[in-house]
Amino acid sequence: MTTRSVIAPALVVEGLRKEFPAHSRGGKALVAVDDVSFTLERGGSLAVVGESGSGKTTTARIVAGLERATSGTVTAAGSGKGTARPVQMVFQDPFASLDPRQRIGAGLTELLRVRIGLGRAAARERAVGLLAEVGLDEQHAARLPRDLSGGQRQRVAIARALALEPEILILDEAVAALDVSVQAQVLNLLRDIRERTTVAFLFVSHDLAVVRQVTDQCLVMRNGRVVEQGPTAEVLDHPRDPYTRELLDAVPRPGWQPRRRSA
Amino acid sequence: MNNAPLLELRGVGITAGDRRNRRTLVRDVDLTVAAGETVGLVGESGSGKSMLVKSAMRLLPRHAATSGRIDFEGRSVLGFSRRELSAYRSRDVALIHQDPRAHTNPLRTIGDFLVEGVVAGKLLGPREARQRACALMAAIGITDPEHRLTQYPHQLSGGLLQRMMIVAALLPSPKLVFADEPTTALDVTVQSEVMAILQEQIRERNLGLLFISHDLDLAAAVTDSLAVMYAGTVVERGTTAEVYSRPLHPYTAGLLACRPSATAVTRLKPIPGRPVSAYEVASGCAFAARCPFATEECRKDRPQLRTVEDRLVACHRVEQIGAELAQVVHS
Repeated sequence: MTTRSVIAPALVVEGLRKEFPAHSRGGKALVAVDDVSFTLERGGSLAVVGESGSGKTTTARIVAGLERATSGTVTAAGSGKGTARPVQMVFQDPFASLDPRQRIGAGLTELLRVRIGLGRAAARERAVGLLAEVGLDEQHAARLPRDLSGGQRQRVAIARALALEPEILILDEAVAALDVSVQAQVLNLLRDIRERTTVAFLFVSHDLAVVRQVTDQCLVMRNGRVVEQGPTAEVLDHPRDPYTRELLDAVPRPGWQPRRRSA
Repeated sequence: MNNAPLLELRGVGITAGDRRNRRTLVRDVDLTVAAGETVGLVGESGSGKSMLVKSAMRLLPRHAATSGRIDFEGRSVLGFSRRELSAYRSRDVALIHQDPRAHTNPLRTIGDFLVEGVVAGKLLGPREARQRACALMAAIGITDPEHRLTQYPHQLSGGLLQRMMIVAALLPSPKLVFADEPTTALDVTVQSEVMAILQEQIRERNLGLLFISHDLDLAAAVTDSLAVMYAGTVVERGTTAEVYSRPLHPYTAGLLACRPSATAVTRLKPIPGRPVSAYEVASGCAFAARCPFATEECRKDRPQLRTVEDRLVACHRVEQIGAELAQVVHS
């Protein structure tokens, strides 16, 4: 038992397991997430790193409440504002996660009115403020998602998530679809948000360089299991698990040569 | 050895749309690929890199038009008759797409997919084609090739399917391979493996490779020379080592400076604004709006590629900003 004097962490995940029932695998269920445990401190930033099929997105989806765990517990602090959940999520593809027919400002205002219960004027004012926080102005508020660039759309998605004042923001490959020059802008924005607010990040990514920039803690997953866990700098500079090392070696950099796996 | 390069693009422009609304997608691009040479074409979305490759294979949609010259071994690709074009596509060049799943028929087996091109092009008989495909699969480390031929695309992982694309591309023994973001959809460890295989085969066969990527680090690791594209034009061209270590164009420098590092935490220096397409650019330098060094001249007058220190750069201010650029990248 921990003492109550310390601030409770934003998120505690214990013994998480997710099986997908088998239809064509000869009756053997697929274990997507296998005994995953971690703690995300308030205002902390935790990366979940892994390749496709590692279970990182399933883990994030369970935390977000989009998927039900087979066993294990997820305890999130706070109750969220209004009827909003304390956990919000930003998805990889901002085009698929925004309503194509709703103007940016109108969407945000609606969200604030329905979820937080703000009045019309207050919601509108807050919407403008939120857009300003992510580097957009009233001009953008009047536009439809299709009239925005990928980077701007992702800013909108971040503003929408922050509107509900969550304790935890899950970013699932949130910068992976962006051009490098724009990705840098959004990464800087995420870093500013961390400095300004107490929202905790659960940052799901395959990109170790990106992870290095916005997280303090890091969890490396492979085939549903956690293979290594620790401070991001420590894990990336002194990887202990061979798989983490393999991931790091595969990142193109000056003098890098692609290699065939010996196995 | 033949002196003419394998592929030579001169003043290539691409426009698309209908008569009333014609948009420029690519403007005045010069590029050459020689046998045994790997050329990287690097740029962000909308820079026109994929359109350029499609035009070199004459795969552009009907409403798009190509101007300028595209020569393959000294023959004009744009002037090819139907028969010449089909011979060119089936024997001389091959294209590896970004998303292998979108470019395989889910209802046909891998075997059908691999041999279709060579059999239809009458390069090999069906039996021989299958044997060659198996040999090639074994050479690039695919286990149990015979069995793979009977499998369907959905039974293969992305990395394995992309290796099948490489097999399909190399089976007709082309002279030139276009690889359009061949590893973008793959995990990093798989990317490393697929790139290694591709590089090995390209070297062994002394093929030309035009490698398209948005990833400057990856392109730098696998190419001999680089062409950096922005808004439909090439803004810098030179040997990979030089462009990468000492960029002369502000856009190249900006790209290098804004990528996050896996070894250090730094405040990133993004390029302000967003990448634009060629049709959005009025007069002047396409990059001027995002360039920290832009002057009145840059906004008015479009810079042409010119030779600076053994390299081609499209920037008015190369001579003035050299020292500052170095700082942008290495600070």
